[in-house]
Amino acid sequence: MSEAPLVEMTGITKEFPGVKALSNVDFRLERGEVHVLFGENGAGKSTLISILSGVYRPTSGTVRIEGKDVEFRSVQEARDSGIGTVFQEFSLVPTLSVFENVHLGKEPRRGLLVDRRAMARSTETLFRDLGFDIDIRTPVARLSRAQQQMVEIAKALQARARVLILDEPTASLTEKETEKLFSFIRHARDSGVGIIYISHRIQEFAEIADQISVLRDGRMIGTVAAKEVSEKTLVELMTGRAIDKVYPQIRRQPDGETLLSLEGIHAGGVNGVDIDVRAGEVLGVAGLVGSGKSRVWRSVLGLQPLKAGSVTMRGRDVTGQPTRRLLRSGIFYLPPDRKSEGLLLAASARDNIRLSLLERRDLAGLLGMPSPARSRAEADAIGARVDLAPSALPRAVATLSGGNQQKVLFGKGFGEERLVYIFDEPTVGVDMGTRSQLYLLIRDLAEAGKAVVVISSDLPEVMNLSHRLLVFSGGRISAELAGADISEGTVLRHFFNETRIPA
Amino acid sequence: MGSPDVMNGSSPLSRRFTVTEAARTLFLKVGVLPFFLVGALIIFSLVSGNFLSVQNLTNVARQSVYLILVSLGQMIVLITGGFDLAVGTAIALTSVVSALAMVALAAAMPEYVWLAIILGCLAGLGAALAIGCLNGIGVAQFGVSPFIMTLGVQSVGAGTALFLTGGVPVSRLPYAFGNVFGFGRVFGMPVPVIIAVVAIIAIWLVMNRTRLGAHIYAVGGNTKAAHLSGVNTKRVLFLAYVICALLASLAGLLLTARVESGETNLGGSVALESIAACVIAGVSLRGGIGRVESVVLGAFFIVLVQNGMNIAQIGSYLQMVLLGSLLILAVIFDQFRYRMLVGRA
Repeated sequence: MSEAPLVEMTGITKEFPGVKALSNVDFRLERGEVHVLFGENGAGKSTLISILSGVYRPTSGTVRIEGKDVEFRSVQEARDSGIGTVFQEFSLVPTLSVFENVHLGKEPRRGLLVDRRAMARSTETLFRDLGFDIDIRTPVARLSRAQQQMVEIAKALQARARVLILDEPTASLTEKETEKLFSFIRHARDSGVGIIYISHRIQEFAEIADQISVLRDGRMIGTVAAKEVSEKTLVELMTGRAIDKVYPQIRRQPDGETLLSLEGIHAGGVNGVDIDVRAGEVLGVAGLVGSGKSRVWRSVLGLQPLKAGSVTMRGRDVTGQPTRRLLRSGIFYLPPDRKSEGLLLAASARDNIRLSLLERRDLAGLLGMPSPARSRAEADAIGARVDLAPSALPRAVATLSGGNQQKVLFGKGFGEERLVYIFDEPTVGVDMGTRSQLYLLIRDLAEAGKAVVVISSDLPEVMNLSHRLLVFSGGRISAELAGADISEGTVLRHFFNETRIPA
Repeated sequence: MGSPDVMNGSSPLSRRFTVTEAARTLFLKVGVLPFFLVGALIIFSLVSGNFLSVQNLTNVARQSVYLILVSLGQMIVLITGGFDLAVGTAIALTSVVSALAMVALAAAMPEYVWLAIILGCLAGLGAALAIGCLNGIGVAQFGVSPFIMTLGVQSVGAGTALFLTGGVPVSRLPYAFGNVFGFGRVFGMPVPVIIAVVAIIAIWLVMNRTRLGAHIYAVGGNTKAAHLSGVNTKRVLFLAYVICALLASLAGLLLTARVESGETNLGGSVALESIAACVIAGVSLRGGIGRVESVVLGAFFIVLVQNGMNIAQIGSYLQMVLLGSLLILAVIFDQFRYRMLVGRA
């Protein structure tokens, strides 16, 4: 009773330029408990654990470990205080071997030199204890994502962590591997380690969680005991509203024309895929990271080499055409990473939208060059259509919130009439309010008779928006679901199935 | 294997298959160097019978000492994911500063020649240290791109060297300096070769057996991951540029001893040559990959080609053309290799 909690964070606020990622968050973790952090993408979970693990420093607020005030200036300092973190973006160096990675930053030494034999030996012992079957001398680049995940966990444990932070650890694991991880987590918990577990998979919580804390839009909504809460309550806590208010009803146009047709697509990570994209329909694409769900489209669009297969657009063969020709013939592609592939970060929101208007003849002025006044007016009109506040238009995109950045990115799709809209992770890192606005844009497109493809790692999103849902696994389509067949259980089952099962 | 007619039928084919397969594996593992090396040896030995003589090869080994030292430094910087265009300037500045200091000190205290030599060398190393620190601070602390930073510093250093000497070579170095570090032998081994061997062993130990080495590979392989693992990435970057400058400086001292004067034009083409040596030896321009022993061989290869071209009486202008082409070719092959490596994974 009198003992101070293992971790106590009070009044944590973190501001980034233009965004308040966390405001006044309290969080506590006891010894020997598994504490789940739950919330939307962009709700602040990652920021919170980044502060605890020394990646960021809070703008205000205090962190206490076993009652003592601490202020971590680096990951190393947090590690030294017994905080081991398994990051979602792995902290592994692909060119180094497994055992070098496990000890990276804390290499054992004998005199001046690194004791490589001790490194290898202790890694071997650790892997044996954990039941991981990985050759410790292979470079990490050769491992599968699940194996990399295991190395990442082993690395956190090697540092003798008292607090273990797992950020979406099961996102790329199979059921069997997940089971192994869970039994290991229970084992660690029973020995007194406090575990912070971040996940989207509600169905896992019953099996593993003691406490669940829910974050929404940077605020702590509340902490509940896992045994006393239903899935439905959790989702409502997370989104702040009932599910049916978030996702709009989208009318489906019956027997829409096939606008884009892929046949026998082979590419890096894609092993033979046929897809028909039809007008007036939302086609959802789900799958794990590395399942090929995004790479199919990227290879069709010429963003990565297409090895075999044919692509037809309204009956015309467009296989292997350069990206710009494909886009000009009526495809819009919304890239998954807006910062690296989508936006000119230093340019204003307006100028980003104007980039998509350069080809518009009707906006041309003298000598056929784009007229500044007309294209500006058009850009502003598009800004209004995607619900960007007029005050946001002249600001550099880098200073806007994630939600507003995503609106700019959507806006680039409305400059010209297109036939096929491919949205790759349309709402990554976007708050709930903005998401429902973006969903309405998607609805409008589909109901106007366009073909819409939504590729997403966010299962509820892709399930609720799609008329037809393709599930990818191992570079193939493992299931095609429609209407009432689209349920979380079915979809998850097909995540790990490599052979296609007619559903 | 058992039935003879199958063996007869398939053996030439399967042998060809295994040869290409072996070549492929070698290419993926070591890179383009073995193929270039074999090619050069064949071509030049056809051109001149002298080329493969023990005497000529020893000569090449002795001449390649300087490039090996610089290439080792260049390798370290390349592995962190950057590069150093200022190695030539580090050599020139070392040469000029050490020569000026030696001449002045030897004149001031003629009875302590060796003290003057040692202090002169330290002054040269100090000048290069300043160059390395400048590069390191710019790249690590202020995040200037290595290209711009080292390009700028290269001009700063070259200008300083010219300013100090007025463009005139510094002559009348102490006789003992050139006699020992330029032409001396210990147990029949040329002194520069001994120094290079020691440096190679030291750098091999640093890269393969110390924390610093592990961290250099980690920073180049994935800076963010290294940072999240608690590696002080700024310090590692800084040290990489400092070590690179010091190795170049060591080469500068040995070259100064060899030509027996302080010259501003020493090391004019060494930036290109050292990068070429590294890339040909399989150091990745993306960082994270590179081996000391290969780089030594790579530098040896570059000097070997230059020697071969001299024997074949190819003019020095044409040599520049060939060297540049070789570098570009090596980078193109490196791209292929990277794609093959990634494609397989």
